[in-house]
Amino acid sequence: MNKRSSWALPYAIFLVLFVALPLILIILYAFQDGSGNFTLANFTKFFTDADAIGTFALSLEVAIENTAICILLGYPAAWILANKKYNRSAVTIVLFIMPMWINALMRTLATAELFHMLGIQLGKGTLLVGMVYDYLPFMIYPIYNILNKMDKSYMEAAADLGATPWQVFWKVQVPLSMPGVISGVMMVFMPTVSTFAISEFLTNNKIKLFGTIIQENINSSMWNYGAALSLVMLVIIGMTSLLQDNKKEVSGGTV
Amino acid sequence: MNNNEYIIEIKNISKSFGDKCILDDVSINVKKGEFVTILGPSGCGKTTLLRLLAGFGTADKGHICINGEDITNVPPHLRPVNTVFQRYALFPHLDVYENIAFGLKLQKVPADEIDKIVLKVLRMVSMTDYEDRDVESLSGGQQQRVAIARAIANQPKVLLLDEPLAALDLKMRKDMQIELKEMHKKLGITFVYVTHDQEEALTLSDTIIVMNEGKIQQIGTPTDIYNEPQNSFVADFIGESNILNGRMVKDRLVEFAGHQFDCVDEGFGEDTEVDVVVRPEDIYIMNKLDGAQFTGKVKSCTFKGVHYEMFVDSDKGYELMVQDYNAFEPGSEVGLLIRPADIQVMHKERICNEFEGEVVDATHVKFMDETFECEEITGFETGAKVKVQVAFSKVDLIDHPEEGTLSGLVHFLIYKGDHYHLTILTDDGYHIWVDTNDIWDKGDLVGINILPKDIKIIKADE
Repeated sequence: MNKRSSWALPYAIFLVLFVALPLILIILYAFQDGSGNFTLANFTKFFTDADAIGTFALSLEVAIENTAICILLGYPAAWILANKKYNRSAVTIVLFIMPMWINALMRTLATAELFHMLGIQLGKGTLLVGMVYDYLPFMIYPIYNILNKMDKSYMEAAADLGATPWQVFWKVQVPLSMPGVISGVMMVFMPTVSTFAISEFLTNNKIKLFGTIIQENINSSMWNYGAALSLVMLVIIGMTSLLQDNKKEVSGGTV
Repeated sequence: MNNNEYIIEIKNISKSFGDKCILDDVSINVKKGEFVTILGPSGCGKTTLLRLLAGFGTADKGHICINGEDITNVPPHLRPVNTVFQRYALFPHLDVYENIAFGLKLQKVPADEIDKIVLKVLRMVSMTDYEDRDVESLSGGQQQRVAIARAIANQPKVLLLDEPLAALDLKMRKDMQIELKEMHKKLGITFVYVTHDQEEALTLSDTIIVMNEGKIQQIGTPTDIYNEPQNSFVADFIGESNILNGRMVKDRLVEFAGHQFDCVDEGFGEDTEVDVVVRPEDIYIMNKLDGAQFTGKVKSCTFKGVHYEMFVDSDKGYELMVQDYNAFEPGSEVGLLIRPADIQVMHKERICNEFEGEVVDATHVKFMDETFECEEITGFETGAKVKVQVAFSKVDLIDHPEEGTLSGLVHFLIYKGDHYHLTILTDDGYHIWVDTNDIWDKGDLVGINILPKDIKIIKADE
């Protein structure tokens, strides 16, 4: 081992301890029953349990809705922030990013309290509001980043070729900012699928998400079933990240 | 107004960014079908002018008309012009075909028509069979061709080109110059070309517009600009030249480099200070000394391919650049001769520094935002507005900016045979002109001092 590569040792240890090992454990647990024998029962249990599948579908639905709302709100916000005409100071960007400085759990608790004060019934609506509030900055930032760095001459070239400002936006700016949107989607969609705290606090556990079920199973020492569910979720999340791999030039899009 | 012979009329355009004036009262007329080049050093305002023509940004003052229509406030997408951008700006998410078809699709041209036009322009830029290629997989030269094809596919009345060849290597640039010239002939539309490369401008253009510091220095054909530069900036910027201080003795007689020469210029008045330009290829150099107007000693001789370039110290101590097909040994005595028609006499833009000033007290005067000590002032009250004159050669430049009364940087310099003429831009944005024998480089930071006895105070203009 030469001198330089030895610098990587701490990271290698970290990776083994906190990424590789847990992953191996999850896989091992997922294919075992309570007494340590190999079995596929955990998976058959999941795929035959209508409730579990229903929760899973609901989780995906909530995650897709949350992501869609974040794009609809986040793209215009990022566009305005990146446009020198409307935003001349970096302070505004910090203001948008600032919620990220506060612990998500605390923000969620505060949001729940707010709904309580206003007398709003907790349910799917409040869940989505809370999720959008939590994840919106993660959508704005990568899109803002890519719009801000985009070479203005592309837009000028389009206008020069006869595109109206609206056409410039749809035909050039939007397609060129897709890598940022995809980064945003990754950062919003993936955590929403697995979240459980938000649904717990903002729906009073009325709505159970996939993350909630995993947490409940693990809390009640159903390690093997919990691990199997985690593995299913990992695969789903892994599949969404393939989205990103197909696109080139994502650099600078992530936070 | 449609029977007007000018396709582009730029009238008294001014533009500033902050307090920096980029374009200062620029007026240009361009004839239909002309190849016009806007030539100047970086920061002279040429790109800003082109962007105003394209519609990116608005002028503070003035009007632009294209085809007789005032388009000063028309947005870019409604202007009958197309631009070839300096870094091409090809859309990376579209392939070659889609890039070229971009403007045509917006105009709702039928698909089979688009096919025809795209193939035609691709053939024109010798890029047939590239229509399905990803633009990022193309070389710089190929991207350039696609950018040109995209701009001409829209059939604009005027094609704007912003230093389109700047990113190409020398060989490719030469080839593209020829192709551009041919394309201009074939298309028959007006080209407005921006460049800082004087050789490119001379090769391509019907008309050259030389700009510096936001002002037009000269408009003319390449031969006019080269043979009859109107001021020392143009003479220095276009080609090689010897620029010397001179004195017009009377009509058709000029004195420079310590000798009097017959020339063809008239109307400068008698005994007037002028600038004289002689191109290095217009100085005849010979071994025999009789028959020569003056003599010199060859200092250096360099082979330049077609000719030799020699620096000759003249008998009166001026250094001249001479180009000739024959080499003359360094150290040899030579005779020199300049024909009357080859001497270009120009008005001097100024003969000394002049500032608006204010008397502070009996021995101090304020100008360029700074108080200078001067000799005792008589005839002016404290607070009186005065004119302050300082001769070019009396401004003292020093290496350490902080030790000068003022500081600034060397903005522009011209060698005048026996001294350098420098334009200094002070930190407060004033210009001061300096004659010096010391060698400075463009961009050097300098301190500026002026001795009390060299500050001349006269009555301000009413």
